[in-house]
Amino acid sequence: MFKLRRFLKDYKKEVIIGPLCKLFEAILELLVPMVVADIIDVGINELHDTSYVLRMGGLMVLLAATGLTSALFCQYFASKASQGAGTQIRRALFLHINSLSHAELDKLGTPSLITRITNDTNQVQQSIAMSIRLLTRAPFIIIGSLLMAVSINMPLSLIFFAASVLIGVTLYFVMSRSVPIYAAVQKKLDKIGLISRENLAGNRVIRAFSKQATEQEHIDKATEELTRTSIRVSRLSALLSPVTYAVTNAAIIAIIWFGGVNVNAGNMRTGDIVALVSYMTQILLAMVVVANLVILMTKASASAKRINEVFETKPSVVEENTDDILVDASADTPKIEIKNLRFNYAGDGDDELSDLNLTIKKGQTIGIIGGTGSGKSTLVQLLPRFYDATGGAVFVDGVDVRRYPFRQLRRQFGMVPQQSVLFSGSLRDNMCWRKPDATDDEIIRALQVAQAYEFVAKLPQGLDTHVEQGGRNFSGGQRQRLCIARALVGKPEVLILDDSFSALDFATDAALRKALRRYTAGMTTLIVSQRCATIRDADCIVVLHDGRAAGIGTHDELLRSCEIYRDICRSQLSETEVPA
Amino acid sequence: MKSPAVKKVLARLKNHAFLLILALLSAVVSISLTLFVPVLVGGAVDNIIGKGEVYFEAVAQILLWIAVAVVGLTICQWTMNYLVNVISFRLVRDLRRDVFRKFNSVPLQAIDSHPHGDLISRMINDVDAVGDGLTQLVLQLFSGLVTIIGTLIFMLFIDWRIALAVFLLTPLSLFLAAFIGKLTHRRFTEQQLLQGDISAYVEEHVGNQRLVKAFCYEQRAQQEFDAYNNTLFEVGFKAQFAGALANPSTRFVNAVVYAAVTILGAMTVISGGMTIGGLSCFLTYANQYTKPFNEVTGVLTQLQTGIAAAERVFAVLEWNDETPDTPNKLQNCSGEVEIEDISFAYSPDKPLIQHFSLHVSSGSHVAIVGPTGCGKTTLINLLMRFYEVNEGRILLDGVDIRELSRDALRRCYGMVLQESWLFSGTIMENLRYGNADASDDEIIAAAKAAHAHSFIRRMPQGYDTVISEGGGNLSQGQKQLLCIARAMLTHPRVLILDEATSSIDTLTEIRVQKAFAKMMKGRTSFVVAHRLSTIRESDVILVMKDGNIIEQGSHEELLRRHGFYYQLYHAQFEKQAF
Repeated sequence: MFKLRRFLKDYKKEVIIGPLCKLFEAILELLVPMVVADIIDVGINELHDTSYVLRMGGLMVLLAATGLTSALFCQYFASKASQGAGTQIRRALFLHINSLSHAELDKLGTPSLITRITNDTNQVQQSIAMSIRLLTRAPFIIIGSLLMAVSINMPLSLIFFAASVLIGVTLYFVMSRSVPIYAAVQKKLDKIGLISRENLAGNRVIRAFSKQATEQEHIDKATEELTRTSIRVSRLSALLSPVTYAVTNAAIIAIIWFGGVNVNAGNMRTGDIVALVSYMTQILLAMVVVANLVILMTKASASAKRINEVFETKPSVVEENTDDILVDASADTPKIEIKNLRFNYAGDGDDELSDLNLTIKKGQTIGIIGGTGSGKSTLVQLLPRFYDATGGAVFVDGVDVRRYPFRQLRRQFGMVPQQSVLFSGSLRDNMCWRKPDATDDEIIRALQVAQAYEFVAKLPQGLDTHVEQGGRNFSGGQRQRLCIARALVGKPEVLILDDSFSALDFATDAALRKALRRYTAGMTTLIVSQRCATIRDADCIVVLHDGRAAGIGTHDELLRSCEIYRDICRSQLSETEVPA
Repeated sequence: MKSPAVKKVLARLKNHAFLLILALLSAVVSISLTLFVPVLVGGAVDNIIGKGEVYFEAVAQILLWIAVAVVGLTICQWTMNYLVNVISFRLVRDLRRDVFRKFNSVPLQAIDSHPHGDLISRMINDVDAVGDGLTQLVLQLFSGLVTIIGTLIFMLFIDWRIALAVFLLTPLSLFLAAFIGKLTHRRFTEQQLLQGDISAYVEEHVGNQRLVKAFCYEQRAQQEFDAYNNTLFEVGFKAQFAGALANPSTRFVNAVVYAAVTILGAMTVISGGMTIGGLSCFLTYANQYTKPFNEVTGVLTQLQTGIAAAERVFAVLEWNDETPDTPNKLQNCSGEVEIEDISFAYSPDKPLIQHFSLHVSSGSHVAIVGPTGCGKTTLINLLMRFYEVNEGRILLDGVDIRELSRDALRRCYGMVLQESWLFSGTIMENLRYGNADASDDEIIAAAKAAHAHSFIRRMPQGYDTVISEGGGNLSQGQKQLLCIARAMLTHPRVLILDEATSSIDTLTEIRVQKAFAKMMKGRTSFVVAHRLSTIRESDVILVMKDGNIIEQGSHEELLRRHGFYYQLYHAQFEKQAF
């Protein structure tokens, strides 16, 4: 909880003045009984004067009005500081999440991150507001009452201290027991988020397999667990105010009894007992407020822990330099050079890639082909440094990719991923991802190359067409072509097509490659594909098998020398094209 | 505060009537005792008069009573708190279950057209806010009602005229609070809405971090997020502040009422209508009486957030379900499909499939080819009844599929889609998804047939390897292989493959297809594919374009026709293209 206090830095004024306003209001409130006493003692008993009563009544209204103003200020500051801090926490969380690498994000999980940015931050935010509103008043009254008790009767005030210690112990007990349970509650909430997200994403498959009932069982179980855990913690937190009540009333019983003994002995007046009892009641009321606040704080500190967990997660891929570095590439420096590359995703099992060496000159087209799971996608993911190589190194323009700032490295690439995902917004927004200030002409040119302009032009709103989340309002093939266009806008230096033609029919595939060839003149292009037709004209083809290069060369060379490549081709091309 | 959503939440409380009554009883006992304890304390003090004049026996007896009352009170108060929590948690649980059930019972279109992050936010944040609001409301309402009635009785005994004045004046503050509530309701609604937007944004951009990183989009994403976040701050701040106005205002009104009562009482005392003791006692109760009013408005922001959230939750719950299912099942589906003059459009202004008919006899293999966006996937959506035809009908074994239960219909089909979906769980669990009774051996056999066995075995924990959400570190092709194995295990009568092997290398694909062929002997199949080489053996090839079948026939027939298929086929093997 305290680790998050840095987010209140900008709201020092609010955090200090807010509670002071509340304190002022509390003091005014304490004056009211005195005025009432004056009305009774002076107005009625001494003067029998209606005008005095009226004047004092007026004073009460004035006190109330001042109290109102002061309370309004407090509410204002409380709302501002809490919402402000919440906003900054959300901002910092998102910023930090953006800096994490894929490995950490996989571990934390998207639904859990959503819950942390919304639900958990809300809890913290609420606790800040409540603290500002309530935290000063209660201790003020408690301490004030304790002091008054001491001034009335020293020995009897010991009862007060004993009661305070007991209540303190109870608070500690309940808090320390419930923090872990609240953490478990939030975790169970994550689980519900995860099941919901999966259910929404896989809705079609679930229906196709008629698994609605099973999914419902999952959520029933998850919600039942959440309910159980929540009820378990409420069994504890519901203890707070009754126990406080019991302890203070036990103290009142003690005060009356020992007070009675003292009065009987002539050490004390009856009125003192009444006063002590009323102070004890004041403490009780304040304590109940504190108890409620403690529940809120406990909940919030579980959430704060989860927020901090995100902040404490460090990215595994980090920038060495944040400022652009000087790259001095001569004409014959290879655009990309891969040296003794080895990669292992989880650090156990077999290597995904091993002993890979490859030199790609500027403007070359490289085809990468291989069986399912042979490491093709992994290889291209290492170039823009989404992961760090486990061994060996990747060089771009002769410089190790680890030396580049992310931006300088990645903006050279145009990436078309396997999964065609678009973002909600307009089509134009999506096309401007690589180049924010792209003109419509540039976009249209890219769409034409990607063979997407034909259907985009037919859309009534053209580039302003709304894209639904993920691009669901486009067919698989359309989405894939839009993703290709997105990567082409602003002519990247290196174009990576990661199995990006899979949803295209062959006619479109061929037309697209023809157009690409013209458009990408001078552009270094890497094409990952299952289709040998797609890559057979590449300057160089890499055949991957179980993470190793089984062959590197041109189509004809490989047909002669590489058994695996020959098998792949034979499965796709007609007999005449592949000599037996 | 008279929102329909409130009524709906309260209506749901009926299911918990028993606990609710129990909680109310505890509230009555605990609050009556709370009001009674001071009376006992007063009684005890009355027996302590001065030096040598303390009646210890009487004091002890009363103290004993106090102790008993406090024990009873403590138990009842705990019970009340606990029960109210239990009720609200159970209500929250039921709401979540119902929302989730809704996810699977609405037409697929509703899920396709809503940002998932927003729906998740409703499931998580909004339902939570409803629960919080409810807990506060019930707690305050219970203790409030009992306190109000109790103190009112005491006041009536002392002076019924002033009591009446207090009784009538105090609710003024409630009107004020309700008024403020009404004014600010819009802001709370907006706040929850933005909360949903933020969830949706995070879901999209964190879920697709790979793209965000590949396009160096981090800074722009941050800017967009900040824009949402700052709006949320503006709206949230206004909502919180405006909501928080209610409490000080209520307290002010009540303080004024209290002052008025003091003056009125003092006048009455001066004119001899009341004793001073009576007045001070009366004032104590008047003070107690106004407390619940103040406290209800103290939780007003929570209540309002709860109401706004409830509206969003009930909006989902009130989505129209799919047309109800008939319980009809097919006995031994043979797999004969008859499509009669169907028309379909996702939106009325863009007709997609128009007057389309097709007969597929049992056991025949149908391939569907055509350029992207021509309606191939749509046809499959209709066959599986993910979407309903606008006109015409589809018959399976001579029965209109709308007259079958969806489950029974879909059980006849085995489906592998282009976008492979796996859930977080072990590989074994994923494979068993469509056939819960499959033995481990059957699963391994299916995995072998789908050529997934070898890569599964190489994974750190083999079949027990946990796949993280969305498929984690599996490649697209590996995911497809798993989906194929999963479908094979269901032994379907009709097999639908929508670009099921698009990310799988061709060598594996051919082997997988052989496995399919063996399995599909005598069963009907629909295959959407781009690689024409893989569909040559089909009985019928449908060539689609712009939602219509433009050619149909066997591979040889179509080639002889020199039409669109001929062009497609040759484009694929055209040498000039390379």
